[in-house]
Amino acid sequence: MQIKPILSALRRHKAGTFLIAMQIALTLAIVCNALFIIHQRVAHLSEPTGIDEPNLFVIKSEWVGAPGTERVDAMIREDLQVLRQLPGVQDVTPSNSYPLRGGGWDDAIRLKPDQTQDSSGATIYFADEHFIDTLGLKLVAGRNFRADEIGHMDMRYKLAPPMVIVTKALADKLFPAGDAVGKTIYLVGGPATIVGEVELLQAQSVSQWASAFAYRSVIIPERLAISLGSFYIVRTRPGQLDTAMRAAGKALFAHNPRRVINEDDGILSFSEVRSRAYESDRGMAILMGVISVVLLAVTAAGIVGLTSFWVGQRRRQIGVRRALGATRRDILHYFMTENLLISGAGVVLGVVLALVMNLWMVTHFEMHRLSLAYLVGGVVILLLLGQGAVLAPALRASRVPPVEATRSV
Amino acid sequence: MFIHNLRLGAASLRRNVLLTALMVMSIGFGVAASMVTFAVFRAVSGDPIPQKSSTLFVPLIDNRGPEYNRHGEPPSALTYTDAMALMRAHKAARQTMLFPVGLSVMPDDPHHMPFKAEGYATYSDFFTMFDVPFQYGSGWGSAQDDAREAVIVISRALNQKLFGGANSVGREITLDDRHYRIVGVTDNWDPKPRFFDIFDDKLFADPSQLYIPFTYAVAQHIDTYGNNNCGSVGKRGDSWDSWLQGECVWISPWVELQDAAQVLAYRQFLDGYAREQRDAGRFNWAPNNRLRDVREWLDYQHAVPPESRISLTLSLGFLVICLVNTVGLLLAKFMRRAPEIGVRRALGASRADIYRQFLAEAAMVGLAGGVLGLALTATGMLGLGLVFQPQIARLAQLDASLVLLTMLVAISATVIAAFYPTWRAAQVQPAWQLKSN
Repeated sequence: MQIKPILSALRRHKAGTFLIAMQIALTLAIVCNALFIIHQRVAHLSEPTGIDEPNLFVIKSEWVGAPGTERVDAMIREDLQVLRQLPGVQDVTPSNSYPLRGGGWDDAIRLKPDQTQDSSGATIYFADEHFIDTLGLKLVAGRNFRADEIGHMDMRYKLAPPMVIVTKALADKLFPAGDAVGKTIYLVGGPATIVGEVELLQAQSVSQWASAFAYRSVIIPERLAISLGSFYIVRTRPGQLDTAMRAAGKALFAHNPRRVINEDDGILSFSEVRSRAYESDRGMAILMGVISVVLLAVTAAGIVGLTSFWVGQRRRQIGVRRALGATRRDILHYFMTENLLISGAGVVLGVVLALVMNLWMVTHFEMHRLSLAYLVGGVVILLLLGQGAVLAPALRASRVPPVEATRSV
Repeated sequence: MFIHNLRLGAASLRRNVLLTALMVMSIGFGVAASMVTFAVFRAVSGDPIPQKSSTLFVPLIDNRGPEYNRHGEPPSALTYTDAMALMRAHKAARQTMLFPVGLSVMPDDPHHMPFKAEGYATYSDFFTMFDVPFQYGSGWGSAQDDAREAVIVISRALNQKLFGGANSVGREITLDDRHYRIVGVTDNWDPKPRFFDIFDDKLFADPSQLYIPFTYAVAQHIDTYGNNNCGSVGKRGDSWDSWLQGECVWISPWVELQDAAQVLAYRQFLDGYAREQRDAGRFNWAPNNRLRDVREWLDYQHAVPPESRISLTLSLGFLVICLVNTVGLLLAKFMRRAPEIGVRRALGASRADIYRQFLAEAAMVGLAGGVLGLALTATGMLGLGLVFQPQIARLAQLDASLVLLTMLVAISATVIAAFYPTWRAAQVQPAWQLKSN
């Protein structure tokens, strides 16, 4: 295939050539970045929580009035009994928060009492002796809390439990040698001894600001007994989730009606919790996907339109070439190669544009650097798209009969 | 003549339907994508209180010092100590402090479930500062603030729920076993984004349902229903009272200042206060205060969700591509008619006639694209809930101004895109076209 005649022919169609190349370039820039955003968001929302999600649901029960800490603690324990007796319930634990909740208690962890800079941030989970079993966490070192070690406290009390359980991520950060159990860490209220280590438990927020301590959590052997209320995390036997969820609210109200359980988010299965937590990530991924697909379609349509126009303009020249002995295949190749040259120029420009656009997003939206794989993928997609779009007009061109050479307009 | 042009334009749309359909689709999609994302962006980035956004300010005081604050910025709320100091000093025309409260409503009817009503503990100036409209009654006065009275202002929606919409001023309601006297019922009022409580992430929360005196709430130990941020140093306390006197921040402060002189005076007052605290030994750093008006505050807090900016940016890029596409297709469409142009020019049509004719045609294409774009925009609005949080998706509305904008963007963009192809069409040499090839 001779490139030279194609180039001289393109010189006569400067505008169209430029427009197709520009479209390819811009599309590449946007599609690359859109795919990259999808990849990031999907990676983000596939991070594991470390808990037995399919069989868990969460109840948010708020108290009416202002019962004191002692009274609240008694009511929490009664509620736990009520929930335990429900059919299908395997285990229950009270807590101040849970993974993917989005907010709660985060605090600074230090290794020495007089340290000014934190060693790490961590999510603080209040728990009783059922916390680990209820969430389905895996203890990798040390032990669980015993029932007699569980205390209770108000939100404004000193946070200084005698012992804590930490996640492996936090243990590894604080004690890289892997000997965290038995060591002392300092919470805001004072020292605590690490008695156990769980494999994986995600922090309560998956937002950007909390990413510094994403899997670093501390489990405190205290029930947080406050007038605002408490979360009850319930684990059900497989397949019993819906039944238990329906029964839970009724049973709690029957036992003690002086409480509020919101209709829309008072009782949530963990799959609902997950979808709420990642709403915007999932939405962004969907939006970017739709934009990419429509954009590729629009670009393909544009190439089809312009190439058809060129074929129409050049019917006579094509006829002349056929009359002089060019085969159909030659004509087809001519148009395919022409498109490849234009698209090639377009993707070169597009790669530059994609990088510029990504750089702009990095500086403005805490985005990561575009990875090379996406650029290469985008280039391949667009070259194929160009070839695919030009196929129909090129086939039509190849079917121009040699007799066209003898016709005038 | 113009009508004739439009008619010819409409007729030419029917010629080579494929090219026309491609163009209309490309404009429709491009415009719709931009409009849907713009609607969201407009909803989340608007000025929530345009008549006062330049006179309402958030004063912030650095109680953490350079070692603990974030990037040299003071925390985004005040401690109880500093909040009370600003209220006592009374250096602004109006001032209020606020924090969110969630109170339980026990209905008299046992068949109704108890529910939480959320709102704010605040000062009497709140209602005048933020131009809160009233359906019945009014806010409370500063006398009630000082006396820590159990008065309450409820929202129209809560009044509807509890009293069937009747004038409930003077009646009593019980929330969390405390009895409040209703002094006012606000009309529907829900500024979005909720600029006055960004600290508690309530930018796009459901409308507030009640307001009670700050002084009463603190006296009753009603805890904040929002955030409490203790930083990493300073006294936190280990009981209600010591927490109140500690260095945790949880109160959003607002002051109203009428002109530049007042703003300057207030800045000086804040710096003076910080110096006093330093002399008293509480701070050991130079005054590091901030005084931002509503727009600066929203900006500083990144009130506009990044999703909305990213999608708007990409959609605009999308529109540009659709227009480049349209330029190419129009070029093809117009140059196909070179022979016709040649004949018209030979018969005495001027270049201006050709321009008019082809731009009118482009406008028709734009009109068709706009109509399709409107349909797609309406469809896109329905799908917004998939992409943005429901509270945000609800804000975006397809109103008359958006419809108008959609059509305007579609038509003007297409006409602008048509300039180059039209110019090319007008350059056609009559003599060349009249010869046979």
